[in-house]
Amino acid sequence: MTAKVLRRVAIFVVSVLVASIVVFLFMAVLPGDPAQVALGVNATPELLAKTRAEFGIDRPLVTQYFDWIGGVLHGDFGRSYVTRDSIGPQLLDRLGVTLWLVGAGMLVALVIAIPAGTFAAVKHRKATGAGVSGLSQIGVAIPAFLAGIILVQIFAVQLRWLPSGGWTPPDQDFGEFVRGLVLPALSLGLVQGAVLTRYVRSAVLDTLGQDYLRTARSKGLRPGQALVRHGLRNASVPVVTVLGLQLATLLIGAVVVERVFVLPGLGSMLLDAVASRDLLTVQGIVLVLVVGVLLVNFVVDVLYTVLDPRLRGS
Amino acid sequence: MKARIPVLAAALLLVVSGCSAGSSASVSAGPDTLSVGFTAEPANFDFTRTDGAAIPQALLYNVYEGLVKLDSQGRVVPLLAKSWTISPDRKTYDFQLRPGVKFSNGAPFTAEDVKFSLLRVKTDWTISIKSTMDVVDHVDVVAPDHARVVLSKPSNGWLFSLTSRLGAMFSPTGVADLATKPVGTGPYVVAARKRGDSVVLKANPAYWGRKPAYSTVVLKYIKDPTALNNALSSNGIDVISAITAPDSIPQFQADDRFQVVQGTSNSEVTLAMNNARAPLNDVRVRQALTYAIDRKALLDTAWAGRGTLIGSMVPPTDPWYEDLSNVYPFDPGRAKAMLTEAGATNLNLRLRIPNLPYAVSAAQVVQSQLADVGVRTTIEPLDFPAVWLKQVFTDHDYDLSIIQHVEARDITTFGKPKYYWGYDSKRVQQLLADADSGTPEQQVADMKQVARQLNTDAAADWLFLFPNVIVAKAKVGGFVQNQVSESFDLTGLAPR
Repeated sequence: MTAKVLRRVAIFVVSVLVASIVVFLFMAVLPGDPAQVALGVNATPELLAKTRAEFGIDRPLVTQYFDWIGGVLHGDFGRSYVTRDSIGPQLLDRLGVTLWLVGAGMLVALVIAIPAGTFAAVKHRKATGAGVSGLSQIGVAIPAFLAGIILVQIFAVQLRWLPSGGWTPPDQDFGEFVRGLVLPALSLGLVQGAVLTRYVRSAVLDTLGQDYLRTARSKGLRPGQALVRHGLRNASVPVVTVLGLQLATLLIGAVVVERVFVLPGLGSMLLDAVASRDLLTVQGIVLVLVVGVLLVNFVVDVLYTVLDPRLRGS
Repeated sequence: MKARIPVLAAALLLVVSGCSAGSSASVSAGPDTLSVGFTAEPANFDFTRTDGAAIPQALLYNVYEGLVKLDSQGRVVPLLAKSWTISPDRKTYDFQLRPGVKFSNGAPFTAEDVKFSLLRVKTDWTISIKSTMDVVDHVDVVAPDHARVVLSKPSNGWLFSLTSRLGAMFSPTGVADLATKPVGTGPYVVAARKRGDSVVLKANPAYWGRKPAYSTVVLKYIKDPTALNNALSSNGIDVISAITAPDSIPQFQADDRFQVVQGTSNSEVTLAMNNARAPLNDVRVRQALTYAIDRKALLDTAWAGRGTLIGSMVPPTDPWYEDLSNVYPFDPGRAKAMLTEAGATNLNLRLRIPNLPYAVSAAQVVQSQLADVGVRTTIEPLDFPAVWLKQVFTDHDYDLSIIQHVEARDITTFGKPKYYWGYDSKRVQQLLADADSGTPEQQVADMKQVARQLNTDAAADWLFLFPNVIVAKAKVGGFVQNQVSESFDLTGLAPR
């Protein structure tokens, strides 16, 4: 078991390094000169050259890369060309917002998917079960931003119950924080919930057909009791896998939802940084996202072995 | 584990429903607070080293003040200077300063600060517009309330540029950290900033002038035009500083909770033609393209008919404005004939535009109208600003482009042969130089000549002037109708 985890850690580290190189090269070949964007029109060639030197983008790529990654390893992401701020603290700040959003979205998804999926599986021969399946089918087809636009129209513009966007940190005003998070979390979570419902349904269906459930029922348990006591843990293994994969999708969905709801998260920071060719900032954000996704995969792998003792072997 | 999730969800719902009872979604905490929505966020607060319109929009006249400012008619009026005199050779400016002015860090404002601020542009600023200050030879401190600026040659453009961020007054004790801690003499100070979200301005208690009506102004940054409109509709903000989705205006006009204020701007939406390269180096071809485009129809399609047709690089708020929009009436027949005469048939031009909504919609109209006279165009949207700046603006790698030129009095760019227009006219260069050094009357006469010459040469096709459309809650008044300065001027805003 330890060897297995160690191997996973090694793969994780190598993946991060490779990703950092790819990200760096991608930025280097992107058309557009950061100095020109920072200085604007009418910039003289001398001023441009001076600014490139100040940014350090006139040096060889290899030097730039090692400087950057060396700094990152010490926790220093460098200073933004545009905001002139340290990137690291900014990243943490924005990551906080995105994590709240993704977390709340995931919560919404689970709250929908687990009961709905289980219900659809248990009642799969009934019209109600088919109805839930059908609804989830429709939900899968709706992109998160569209859900967001519709929710804003109804709850913010028409009813004026909730803000149409904006962010209040939880330590500043917890009530406003929650109110601001409801619509973005719903627009992200409803769609994910629909996707997950389908996985939960098939996992539960699969479990329902297993011999041990039949055994449990023959001992006198009602179907629901049997499922809760013996089935759900088994059904959760494939669902956790999908959850891991969905988390990556959720991160990407968050980028769009942040723009729709004006949330100062990593996604909106990334879009702004790309537009202004703030290369160091883009590199930092992408690296954090890549590490996040890899980390999720790593955790999912470990979770497997916890959930299913059969996987604990070699 | 599983059992806990529904409990959490229930708790969340309780909190939500508890909070929404009776409260509105407004950020306007009280009648003294105003919240204004913008699309472009300042990268930092240092406009001496960071280009772009967003920083002066937020800070100029509100946090920073200059010796003079621009009123909504485009006139230069006193601000920190009570008055000024100009010597007969038009090289020496004597500014009488307003007494009792303090910076927000407590330092008094004197002629020393004028000297410090004006000379600092040359040494410490890094943005490109600083070159307008090159003409300053030296600054004398005659008395604490009297600063004398001596220019190396007469320049009307210099006094005008003092109304922009270039004229902002700084204290030597307040420039240590301009990017995060701006120190000015204005009616507001920066109280807080939430990156990616907002900047909060609070009234400066030590302000020399009239107290602003709103003691707190929240500048909310919302990039997406729909989200911006939604924020106003749902009470998230009180004002949209400038509408970027014209289709939404009727919806606000129809609702008495809101008012729509429309004026002009400095922002000419221009079909740039590469004057330096065949086939557009032939004046007949440029004129033909100008005849071929129905600008009225284009304005209707691209910007819901809002905006002004101008015909040259001059907005109505400049003293030398003349309506030249009818010199080239829409005449596809004539356009075809001129193209044939110039031997320019079977043209295939690259229309390389920034990937911005106004440019994309205008480009489609241009493409279809040019197709009607037999000119094929390929639309290439380029990532803005990065790629457009590099390829079109710097490398001049284009035939046609469409872009707003937002700077005040940017007609002078036609005096620079190396500018991306590729326009090189000795007569225009001479007229611009004469206008800059002459008396105000000469300036007006010469600038009219420049505008007419540009129109005659069809140096570009000025498609329309962007309107300035502010949408606000009905209760807010005092907006500057025409957006001619770099500032979103908050000082006159008041409940009505």
